[in-house]
Amino acid sequence: MRKILLFGLVILTGICFIGRLYYLQIYTANEFDIDNDNAIRKVFHYPKRGYIYDRNDSLLVANQPSYDVMVIPREVEPLDTLLFCNLLKIDKDEFLKSYERAKNYSPRLPFPFLRHLSKEDYAFLSEKLRKFKGFYIQKRSLRDYQTSIGANVLGYIAEVNNKEIAKDSYYRLGDMIGKQGVEVSYEKKLRGVKGVKYIQKDIYNRDIGAYKQGAFDTLPVPGKDIKITIDSELQAYGELLMQNKIGGIVALEPSTGEILSLVSAPSYNPNLLVGRQRSKNYTKLYLDTIHRPLIDKGLTRMHVPGSPFKLLVALTALQENVITPKTNIICSERYVYGKNKRVMKCHCGGGFRNLDSGISYSCNSYFSMAFRSTIEKYSNASESMNIWSSHIKSFGLGNFLGNDLSVGKKGNIPDGNYYDKWYPEFQWGATTIISNAIGQGEILVTPIQLANMTAAIANKGYYYTPHIIKSIEGESMDPNFTIPKQTSIEPKYYDPIIEGMHNVYNKGTANFLKVPGIEICGKTGTAENFTKIDGVKQQLTDHSIFVAFAPKDDPKIAIAILVENGYYGSRWAGRIASLMIEKYIKGEVTLKRMEKLVIEKSLENEYLKPYSGKPFKINDQ
Amino acid sequence: MNLNRTTSFQLDWLTVIVFTALVVFGYFNILSASVAGEFTSYLDISKPYGKQLFFILSSFVLIILTLAVDVKFYERFASIIYLGSILSLAGLFIFGKQVNGAISWYDFVGMTIQPSEFAKFATALALAKYISDLQTNIKEQKDQIKAAILVGLPAGLILLQNDAGSTLVFASLFFVFYREGIPQNYLLFAVFVAFLGIGTLKYSALSICFTLAGILLIYQLFFKRKKKKIGGVLIILILGIGLSFGVQWTHNNVLQKHQQDRIGLWLRLEKDPVKLESMKRSVSYNLNESEKAIRSGGTFGKGFRDGTRTKGNFVPEQHTDYIFSTVGEEWGFFGSSIVIILFLSLILRILYLAEQQKSQFSRVYGYGVASILFAHFLINIGMVMGLIPTIGIPLPFFSYGGSGLWGFTILIFIFLKLDSNRLNEW
Repeated sequence: MRKILLFGLVILTGICFIGRLYYLQIYTANEFDIDNDNAIRKVFHYPKRGYIYDRNDSLLVANQPSYDVMVIPREVEPLDTLLFCNLLKIDKDEFLKSYERAKNYSPRLPFPFLRHLSKEDYAFLSEKLRKFKGFYIQKRSLRDYQTSIGANVLGYIAEVNNKEIAKDSYYRLGDMIGKQGVEVSYEKKLRGVKGVKYIQKDIYNRDIGAYKQGAFDTLPVPGKDIKITIDSELQAYGELLMQNKIGGIVALEPSTGEILSLVSAPSYNPNLLVGRQRSKNYTKLYLDTIHRPLIDKGLTRMHVPGSPFKLLVALTALQENVITPKTNIICSERYVYGKNKRVMKCHCGGGFRNLDSGISYSCNSYFSMAFRSTIEKYSNASESMNIWSSHIKSFGLGNFLGNDLSVGKKGNIPDGNYYDKWYPEFQWGATTIISNAIGQGEILVTPIQLANMTAAIANKGYYYTPHIIKSIEGESMDPNFTIPKQTSIEPKYYDPIIEGMHNVYNKGTANFLKVPGIEICGKTGTAENFTKIDGVKQQLTDHSIFVAFAPKDDPKIAIAILVENGYYGSRWAGRIASLMIEKYIKGEVTLKRMEKLVIEKSLENEYLKPYSGKPFKINDQ
Repeated sequence: MNLNRTTSFQLDWLTVIVFTALVVFGYFNILSASVAGEFTSYLDISKPYGKQLFFILSSFVLIILTLAVDVKFYERFASIIYLGSILSLAGLFIFGKQVNGAISWYDFVGMTIQPSEFAKFATALALAKYISDLQTNIKEQKDQIKAAILVGLPAGLILLQNDAGSTLVFASLFFVFYREGIPQNYLLFAVFVAFLGIGTLKYSALSICFTLAGILLIYQLFFKRKKKKIGGVLIILILGIGLSFGVQWTHNNVLQKHQQDRIGLWLRLEKDPVKLESMKRSVSYNLNESEKAIRSGGTFGKGFRDGTRTKGNFVPEQHTDYIFSTVGEEWGFFGSSIVIILFLSLILRILYLAEQQKSQFSRVYGYGVASILFAHFLINIGMVMGLIPTIGIPLPFFSYGGSGLWGFTILIFIFLKLDSNRLNEW
């Protein structure tokens, strides 16, 4: 016992120590993490953000330098606040407020004290900055827009918020991130990778040289330039035509799926969202709830498609062999259906109608017949409806298109289940849902979906997913955009439809919209729409809708236009379509009178009606 | 007499190798901990690492001198060495230099000498000499008291110089007494006091006394054969009550505020998380930073001179008392474990050799060496890892400092000299 006591204690101590080491260094270790060690300061070098060009190589978005004054509160020493405030052109209250916010955020992490210093202020400040310990300048780059158009397409960048930081650890407070448009879709390509220098600090927060002689330091990787598919001339023209109206234009190149223009009206000047005035301007735009300039209407406005949808109803009926191009009816300017002899009015003028004249005069009766025959083809309405629905969906409706745009809506294409749920106790049939035949009913689409549908018809059965990217410096194209998607309708059925669309211009509802020298195929649409005023559902003036492609034999452009509350389709949307097509194909506009009429037209009064608080009339001339 | 001088010179090479390994590894850690930013030259005498290199080189001279002296010198002159050491400790009160509140240093033209480091081997020698004296019987109380005074004198002087840590090292010589045959009861008493003391501080004197009374009552009623005899139990109870209140009184009235706080933190007395956090930042700031540094080392460490917390001087006193945190950060679990195993090997080897000695003098001295090294090892590393309360005391061979290194070198090599002679003992 006397001999082994100390032996035992020494061994016991050794075991305890190794156990404790195990606990500290393996079991509860804070394994060394270069990014979260407060003994290492990270200094970032922000690369140039990629430029954005349009399809014709004109520069749309470049960069301008910006200087942020950053502060690390823990390192701040007593300073001459008066001088400092004068240099920064702020008053003492602002100084104290900013400083308080920085301290609350973290005493040891850099906080953007004052953002976007002008070049002149920066020059003055940088001479004197060494007097103000704890403050330093972080150079960043802001966007410099070379154009005033396409705000919704180009989008904007702004400081990251906490949610975005939590999602992607690349970002730090004060970094810029794409918030809308292609700035979001191609954020990772455009931003590049910032370079970082790891600097070893001591307990007093002084730099004591590069960490491991700079072994972990990285150089910034510049962002890639991108070229987008927008034709900025056409885009500018579209925005001009849409002034004082609310709505959207989507123009595609059918042979590629490239988006030639994506107009959302009203828009705003992208330069408003740059620099120190950003948040003030943003608030103003955000609070305009009538026009919603920050919302991209071409991508997100869901509405009933109206008559253009008849084209798909006809194609489906042809594919299901329930009609042929020769099938005809006699329209008595009304379609009577169901046990209770319900009536759907028709504005086609009445008389003998086949597929061709049905399309060109937009005969409701003809397509009601076609739809009804399709839904009644199989024994069970639900089953027929599912087949019908899958045909329609093959045109990219009822779901996200899978494009490279930052926003979008699915729309709605009902199927059998949808109505089974809607009418759980009731045996519904074709006549119950007949309004779908003329594109009213439960169907919802967005303008870009309509444009894509038109492109698929122009291509006679396939489409390329619409996309905004033309090329990225040194990268190949995403196959999603280069592989065509087939519709479930055989190519042969498209010919009579296209013929009908051609006749819309020749003799039908758009006969006064002809463009000399260009064979256009189109289809008018008028969409009923409603709003709620003080909880009461109220109908508003119809949306003016138009889809078209041209030229007929070798389509170069497919276009869909939505003018909200613009009344019937050919009235505004049709005119705009013709002007846009002429502009794109000829490069100039000869229809000067039509152009003047469209540009001068303002629908402001129409939009203010529901807010006037007084009863109002709709669909008046 | 001994005719065969050359063969008598048989050093225990295992001890020498372990010693060398510790010194060399220690030097590199001091280098890492004190290089702070710019590194000039290994020989830069203005930097701790430069000085330490000088101390290491000079300790080779000491080793040679220590081994060159005739083996009987140490036994014969033990009392003289001891007296010299006591005088040098006492002289501190007149000529000493105050550093960090402790008067432990002499200042010789820029060189500082800490006599308490040398008092350790001096006391061990004196104790060995006294116990091995034919006149002494350590089993007798009179001699126990004399031996205790021998140890208590330098310990007391060092305590008066406000260096509580070093005083504690002398307490480790209790193991020598125990090995040489003082009654078992002393050990039981020591364990009893330790438990009672910690219990009192953790809970309170009153609750400890009641618990003790309860245990004794149960023992008296159910387990004791001769139930009528109650004297023994009563003595233990009275002793316990006295000790418990004594400990409480000492804690509250004798210990300084920072010592009370350190003990409080160790016993996890503070329950309020806000206060605890602020205490961690003030009272145990060093410990906190040291634990952080060790944690950040992980399994394999950050590598030599790549410890970010070491480089940034995050751990105060890192090249002296907290040197082990450098080992932890830069060499990780594996490196630190190797250091612990090296210390274990050294202490156990010395203990083993001590048991082999034929002369009682050598054995007692060897035991003293092992006890002193063990105390340093236990207190220093235990403290740096937060296992025991913060007590400032260097880690042998690792902590920066000339006196310490020289003191430990002489301590060990006197023993190795004694050991080398054991085969041809007279």
